[in-house]
Amino acid sequence: MEREGTVRIPSGCAIAAVISRTGRRMSGESIVRSMVPMHERSNGLGGGFAGYGIYPEYRDLYALHMFFEDRTTRKNCEAYLKEHFEIAQSEYIKTRKIPSITDEPIIWRYFVAPLPSSLAKLQLDERELVARTVMAINGKMHGAYVFSSGKNMGTFKAVGYPEDVGVFYRLEEYEGYSWTAHGRYPTNTPGWWGGAHPFTLLDFSVVHNGEISSYDANRRFIEMFGYKCTLQTDTEVITYIMDYLLRVQGLSLEEAARVVAAPFWSTIAQEPDERRRDELTYLRTMFPSLLVTGPFSIVLGFSGGLMALNDRLKLRSMVVGEKDDLVLIASEEAAIRTMEPDAGNIWAPAGGEPVIVRVNEGVEV
Amino acid sequence: MERIHADGLDHKALNDAIKATGDDCIVEGCCGQRFIAAGMAGKRIVIEGVPGNALGSYLNGASITVMGNAQDAVGDTMNDGSIVVHGTIGDAAGYAMRGGSIFVKGDAGYRAGIHMKAYRDKVPVMVIGGRAGSFLGEYQAGGVIVVLNLGDPEGKAVGFFPCTGMHGGKMILRSSCEGISFPPQVTTRIADGQDLAEIQPVIKEFCTLFGYDAKEVLAATFTVVTPDSSNPYRQMYVAN
Repeated sequence: MEREGTVRIPSGCAIAAVISRTGRRMSGESIVRSMVPMHERSNGLGGGFAGYGIYPEYRDLYALHMFFEDRTTRKNCEAYLKEHFEIAQSEYIKTRKIPSITDEPIIWRYFVAPLPSSLAKLQLDERELVARTVMAINGKMHGAYVFSSGKNMGTFKAVGYPEDVGVFYRLEEYEGYSWTAHGRYPTNTPGWWGGAHPFTLLDFSVVHNGEISSYDANRRFIEMFGYKCTLQTDTEVITYIMDYLLRVQGLSLEEAARVVAAPFWSTIAQEPDERRRDELTYLRTMFPSLLVTGPFSIVLGFSGGLMALNDRLKLRSMVVGEKDDLVLIASEEAAIRTMEPDAGNIWAPAGGEPVIVRVNEGVEV
Repeated sequence: MERIHADGLDHKALNDAIKATGDDCIVEGCCGQRFIAAGMAGKRIVIEGVPGNALGSYLNGASITVMGNAQDAVGDTMNDGSIVVHGTIGDAAGYAMRGGSIFVKGDAGYRAGIHMKAYRDKVPVMVIGGRAGSFLGEYQAGGVIVVLNLGDPEGKAVGFFPCTGMHGGKMILRSSCEGISFPPQVTTRIADGQDLAEIQPVIKEFCTLFGYDAKEVLAATFTVVTPDSSNPYRQMYVAN
């Protein structure tokens, strides 16, 4: 079978997300159901979910979700991990055999803590060490792939329709305060388990509907900072851009949104507030290579919140709604109504306007 | 009227059920089924719930009423008939529409009326009661787009880049359009008595559908936008 990264086929998709602002934990059942009315947006070549707040018993450990081709690769990878990490738990991720999901790799989960001695020797902070380890495994260790590496969160993805992937991973048994979902219709790559969304690094996860035309320009820039884009899929590069802008550069979410979906110069010129105009000009000038062009609607998940963002031309659809403590986001209103039939305040954010939702102040996640 | 329960039906099964009814039907519990009433003629369909994308695509004379919101690409390439939406509509409504009418009570998303066209007696009409998103009437080649901006008179009637690539038809915005930038290839002017007389029938129809007072709606400043010549993009790319 052809792998991601070996061939580029010139992509449509479905995304959905829900977050409880009070930090109330919800089973994955509802988000899985939300993908059913959007079935036609996927073609069965990828589906996935990210849940936040799902591992409270291991909240201080990094949860590494891995695909392995065989047992030997797993053993080698484990030896590699042990150089810098203490492995607190090592186990199969529970799955359910169903006819619609086949050819699964070994799907494994580690809960790890970076060794203090390694951190001291390498003079790295924890998150940088984890990020570098993910890059090293995904870039160099053939047959091993880390597809989730955050704390108290996890990604679950596979080749198949998203509603089947949810059943396969038994998501009804997990409880999270925030969930994102993706149904894939790959157009650039052949559709392999690792290529399904969400793409993640540390606690950042991205689900994406679209097809960015700036992929190579973005990739060339971001690879200068140690990121390795191994799969040729545009979502991977968006994930690394977000990690770079938010974690490494320390930008706010609003600022990061203005970098990747920067307004046109003509729109910036029309901005009446001078300070704001300067800010927009500064961000476009500082990070021109991180402007993402072409159609996209994405939901970025992070600890304690979600950010939804459309490309500045709004070439993909996205709808937001609310119900009590919940904020719901989806490619189609039908998906929101499936989760919450009486959701209110339904609106479509403008292109380039980030929608940022965080759990209420004081809520521990 | 016959009632169809859409729950559990995919788009094909739902359309088959609609085709099997008499002239009138109510679809209840609709949730995202696409292509509803595609190509249909001679029927009246009322939809409760949220119809999926491409509602009434290629519509050929049927009339559709949606009690709530509709999604993207409403009336894609429709030829004849009417679509009435009591809520809002998503992006690209009336995409390449060439006849019939679309009436929306609330707001429209991006690219409403993209590549709308007209031919002889076929003149499509779209009336948006609220405001329209960016790229309204992108590549408009014919027909009439009316935006009434009834929700918030302080807000802009339309987002960024309206009429990009417009080369035919007419756009009428219930606004003086201050602070809205139009491309150089179109001409804007404040509507005169004749312009208003021309759109009066569709405004009246809109007001009857959604319970507004036509006199009040018409008693405002309207801006008319048309392309500034029959070939506004001459030599933009090649000599043509």
